[in-house]
Amino acid sequence: MVAAGTALIELVGVNKSFGDTRVLTDIAFAIRSNEFLTLLGPSGCGKTTTLRILAGFERPDSGDVRFEGASLLDVPSYKRRVNTVFQRYALFPHLDVFENVAFGLRLRKTPEKEVRKRVDNALRTVDLDGYGKRWVDQMSGGQMQRVAIARAIVNEPEVLLLDEPLGALDLKKRKEMQIELKDMQKHLGITFVYVTHDQEEALTMSDTIIVMREGVIQQIGSPTDVYNEPRNAFVADFIGESNILPGRMEQDYAIVFAGHAFPCVDVRRADPDVDVVIRPEDITLAAPTESGLNGRVASVVFKGVHYEMRIESDGFEWTVHSTDRADEGAAVGLSFDPEDIHVMDRSAHSPGAHGPTA
Amino acid sequence: MKLRWMAYPYVLWTVVFTIAPLLLVAWFAFTTMQPDGSTVFTFSGFEKIVGGDRVPLDLLGLQKIFGITLDVPLYLNIFVKSLQIALLSTLACLAFGYPAAYLLARRTANRRGGTDLLLLLFVIPMWMNALLRTYAWLALLEPNGIVNTVLSAVGLPRGQFLYNDFGIGLGMVYNYLPFMVLPIYSVLVKVDRSVIEAAEDLGADRRHVFTRVTLPLSMPGVMSGINMVFMPAMTTFLIPNLLGGGRYMLIGNVIERQYMIARDWTTASALSIVLLVFVLASMKFLTRYEKGNEGGGVLL
Repeated sequence: MVAAGTALIELVGVNKSFGDTRVLTDIAFAIRSNEFLTLLGPSGCGKTTTLRILAGFERPDSGDVRFEGASLLDVPSYKRRVNTVFQRYALFPHLDVFENVAFGLRLRKTPEKEVRKRVDNALRTVDLDGYGKRWVDQMSGGQMQRVAIARAIVNEPEVLLLDEPLGALDLKKRKEMQIELKDMQKHLGITFVYVTHDQEEALTMSDTIIVMREGVIQQIGSPTDVYNEPRNAFVADFIGESNILPGRMEQDYAIVFAGHAFPCVDVRRADPDVDVVIRPEDITLAAPTESGLNGRVASVVFKGVHYEMRIESDGFEWTVHSTDRADEGAAVGLSFDPEDIHVMDRSAHSPGAHGPTA
Repeated sequence: MKLRWMAYPYVLWTVVFTIAPLLLVAWFAFTTMQPDGSTVFTFSGFEKIVGGDRVPLDLLGLQKIFGITLDVPLYLNIFVKSLQIALLSTLACLAFGYPAAYLLARRTANRRGGTDLLLLLFVIPMWMNALLRTYAWLALLEPNGIVNTVLSAVGLPRGQFLYNDFGIGLGMVYNYLPFMVLPIYSVLVKVDRSVIEAAEDLGADRRHVFTRVTLPLSMPGVMSGINMVFMPAMTTFLIPNLLGGGRYMLIGNVIERQYMIARDWTTASALSIVLLVFVLASMKFLTRYEKGNEGGGVLL
């Protein structure tokens, strides 16, 4: 986690309700300078509300938001050194592209010459050279998105807040923009706080991912952390595909699930109720063995890079990704390395946690 | 288009109720009936408008403040006076109406569905006949009306509220205010909340959010409102007839009198045509400044 000294922004015990609906519960995290931090979760998880609290559009019911150690709560949004890229762009329809981007500079009474220079610069950064005189309603979604980004970065904010900025773009454009955004963040040296429900986007771009569910932070970590060491079944299920099974921890390095005992790398006390997560790409298919975990191939789907296979085994359906194809109906043996077995506490939400008892 | 025939009744409608009457007015404006019953072509109606008696121009403050007396033809004077009071009433409607529309739009934005009672109260008077509403003002403002009775009851001097600029202006503002409020309101409620937030985010305080975003975005509604107030205010004859007590002449009731009392259809039609051309020209002028045209109610 983040050392206190390097935090640019800190959220401390933030709670928020809208009427009777609790949307944020005890949200606490730190944002380091120049970091690309992503708030990830399904819709309604509170990620946008968290962003709006950072921007100053919502006020937490309790808790504090600190910017370089000083509370931000009584600083109105127009005085904060953060700028937002809105989900549906929120461009000014009565202004052309140049004036949209120049909006913040003009409010600060920047000299005309500098306005011109900085707006042109910002438009060049987002690849919209020469689009200044266009009206925003003459532009495509991707172009409007770039204008929205230029309008924010031209003010050289300390922090750029992005609320699902790529949601309205098609897949190809989205992938391009992901790379461009990441490049832009490195080269501008601005801290990015990025909100998305797309786990792949989060894994691609972030330095730190905060996984949220129903207003509660589930896990904070680097993309490799949250992918390889999910804290609970929800994180495992939300990030990437997973086989999640109930298991029983016997002792250090020994776990029982799917009717078999396996060696693992976890050190934890004996516990009859744990969740076990195994990623589909970590499973190897081989010929069935007498004592091993065996199953029957229920379906095979070609996914381009790999085959996705469903393996029926003792009432549980395993998902396996492999570049080697197994025939439908064939009997196979499933194996995995001890370090690919992820053991975690059983939580109230263990999706897909059905199947053979341990 | 298969549904072309559906337009025919409306074509017929406009021919009967718009085009034919306009042609009739034009016909009357350029003809006059001889004593022997024959009809001859004439410019006498238009000549009367620019000629006729000359009176000092009754333009607000011209005489009182600047001490200028300018003699102009009688009809031109009435025209200028009508224009003046229509413009002042429009400005007053804008001054009262914009804040009302802004408040109503904010209330609408802050509630989830349902009808705003305040908005309803604003609209309900419009369901009543304008004639009735104007008669009500008569009862209120008469020399021995309700207002004066109350004033003298509490020991204040009685006022003269009718038959002058004040009475006419009040009648116009009261009657036309909803036509200013509603178009502005309908544009303001459509302003995307996130655009306002974007302005705040970029450093705009409340004042700048209004002057740089809300006001420019509401201009189509403002233009529409100006049109919907100025046009009827310029042409009304009901309000000056009732609240002016027959002594207060505006272009609307002058035309009415020429038709109905003097029976000088030539002059009345000529005046109507001048007024029509003026109104069309000012509409054209207003709509030139309108990008989009989202307010509704503007045709040209």
